[in-house]
Amino acid sequence: MNIFNLYNRRRIVNALGLTVSMLAMGLGLFWLIWILWTLLENGLPALAPVVFTEMTPAPGDAGGLLNAIVGSLMMTAVGTAIGTPIGILAGTYLAEFGQRGWLAPITRFINDVLLSAPSIVIGLFVYEVYVVHNKHFSGWAGAFALAIIVIPIVIRTTENMLRLVPTTLREAAAALGAPQWKVINFISLRAARAGIITGVMLAIARISGETAPLLFTALNNQFWSTDMDEPMANLPVVIFQFAMSPYEDWQQLAWAGALLITFSVLTLNILARVLFRPSETSH
Amino acid sequence: MPNRTLESRLKRQSILDLLFRNLTRVAAFGVLLLLFSIVGILIYGSMPAIRAFGFGFLTSTEWDPVADEFGALVPIVGTLVTSGIALLIAIPVSFGIATFLTELSPRILRRPFGVAIELLAGIPSIIYGMWGLFIFAPFFADNIEPWINDNIGQMPYIGPFFIGPPMGIGVLTAGIILAIMVIPFIASVMRDVFEIIPTLLKESAYGLGATTWEVMWKVVLPYTKVGVAGGIMLGLGRALGETMAVTFVIGNAHQLSQSVLMPGNSIASALANEFNEAYGELYTSALIELGLILFFITFVVLSLARFMLYKLGQREGKTS
Repeated sequence: MNIFNLYNRRRIVNALGLTVSMLAMGLGLFWLIWILWTLLENGLPALAPVVFTEMTPAPGDAGGLLNAIVGSLMMTAVGTAIGTPIGILAGTYLAEFGQRGWLAPITRFINDVLLSAPSIVIGLFVYEVYVVHNKHFSGWAGAFALAIIVIPIVIRTTENMLRLVPTTLREAAAALGAPQWKVINFISLRAARAGIITGVMLAIARISGETAPLLFTALNNQFWSTDMDEPMANLPVVIFQFAMSPYEDWQQLAWAGALLITFSVLTLNILARVLFRPSETSH
Repeated sequence: MPNRTLESRLKRQSILDLLFRNLTRVAAFGVLLLLFSIVGILIYGSMPAIRAFGFGFLTSTEWDPVADEFGALVPIVGTLVTSGIALLIAIPVSFGIATFLTELSPRILRRPFGVAIELLAGIPSIIYGMWGLFIFAPFFADNIEPWINDNIGQMPYIGPFFIGPPMGIGVLTAGIILAIMVIPFIASVMRDVFEIIPTLLKESAYGLGATTWEVMWKVVLPYTKVGVAGGIMLGLGRALGETMAVTFVIGNAHQLSQSVLMPGNSIASALANEFNEAYGELYTSALIELGLILFFITFVVLSLARFMLYKLGQREGKTS
C-alpha cells in the first residue's frame, strides 16, 4: 500500500512540475504577444506617411519623425563602422594568437563583462570624455557611445566563429607557404564570414534600440540636422521624451516610433538567425 | 617585382606578419584600456562628491540639490530591491521555460519556441518602458494592486511591505517588468547548460524509473548548478543596470518606503532623469558617483557570473 502511495505521489509531482513548466513557457509567449499586440494596436494607426516626411513637431502641431529616423540611422551607421573593425581585430587576436600569454584570457574575461555592462554608464563615460571636453552634445558622441557597445558583441562572435573554422584549413594554407596574415585574412576570416556578419547584425539590432547611452551624448534635436557635430535627433530619445509628455499627439508619434524600432530590431534579429545557426550568438 | 630575391620577399612577409599580429594585439589591448578608462574617468568625475561626502554617501538618504546634500542609499536600495523582485519571479519561470525547451517540447517546435524567447530579449528596453507605463501599470493598478492590498497587505509580518495606493507605478511594477526582461537571458543560459549534460546520465536515471521531473530536479540541476547560478547572475547583472524600462514605471521618488507598492528610485533611473538637468559641480559629481557605484556592483556580479560559467565549461571539457 505504501509503495503504491509513493508511486502516485511521484506521478502527481511529475505532472505538476511539467504543467508548471508548460505554463512558464506560455507565460513567456504571452508577454511577447501582448507587447507586440500593443505596439501594433497603438502604432499602426499613428503610422501615417507624414511620419517619414516631416520633422518632430512642437506639441499641438502635426509632424513626423524624419529627423529622428535619419539621426538614428546615421549614428547607428557610424557607431557600427567604428566598432566593427576594432571588434573583428580584437576577436581575431583572441582566437588566432590567444593561446599563450596573459593578454588573451584577461581580455576575454573583461570583454564578457563589458558585454552586459550597464549602457547608461557608457553614456556617462562618453559624456565625461567627449561632451565635457567639447562643451556641447553631438552626434559624434552618440556614435562613440554606440561603438563602445558594438565592440564587445563583435569580439565575442568573431572569436566564436573563428574557433569553428577547422585547424586543417589553416594548416593546408600554411603548407602552401602562405604567411600567417594571409592565412587569417584570406582563409580563417573568410570561412567565418557568415557568422561574423550575423554578429554585426545582432550588434546593430542591439544599438538601434539603445536609449540610455544617447541621453547624455547625442541628446536630441527638434530640427533637421545631419551635422554630426551638433546635438542629434534620434528615435529612442524622441520616443522617451514624447512618451513621457502629457500631449496626446506626441504620445501617438512615440507609438509610431516604437513600432518602427521594434519591428526593425526584430527583423534584424530574425534575419541574423536565418542566415546562421543560432547557438553561437552571444547571450 | 621580378628581380627581387626570395629572401627579401620572405622578409617582407614576416614583417607583414608582425604588423598584423601587433595590430590585432593593440585592438585586444584597447578593450582592457577601455575598461580602465571607464573606471578611471568615473572615479575622476566623482572626486568632488567623494571628497565632500566620503563613505557617508553610501548610507545617507538625503537628496537635496538645493542644499547640495546628496546620499546614495535610496537609489542603491531601489536598484537592489527591483532586481531582487525580478529574480524572484524570473528564476522559477526561466527554469520552467528551460525544462520545457529541453525535455517537453516536440522536436520541431523547439527551435521556434527558442527563437520566440530570444525575441523577447531583442525588444528594446524603451519599448518595455512604454508598454509598462501605458498598458501594464493601469492594468496592474485596476486589477492586481487592490487585491494585493486587501489580501497580502492584511497578513501579519509581510503585510506592511504590500500596502500602498494602487497607482500602478512603483517598485513592484518595475520589478515585474525587469523580470520579463531578464527571463529570456536566464532561460537561454539554462537551456544551453542543460544541453551539455551527458545523455548517458539522463538515460541511467530514466532507466532506474525516474520521472521527467525527477531527472530535471535530481540529475540535471545538481550537475549544472554552477552554470545555472552563472546564468542567474548574468540576469541579475542585466537587471541591475537596466535603465529605460525602470525609469518609466518606478515613479522616481527620492524616498525610502517600506512598501513595494510605493514609488522609489534606482541608480540608473536617477541618472536618466536628473543628469541633464543637474546644475553645479557637486550635483553632477554625485550622479557620476552613483554611476560608479552601479558599475562596481554590476562588475562584481557579472564577474561572478562569468567565473561560474567558465568553471562549468572546464568541467564539461573533462567529462566528455
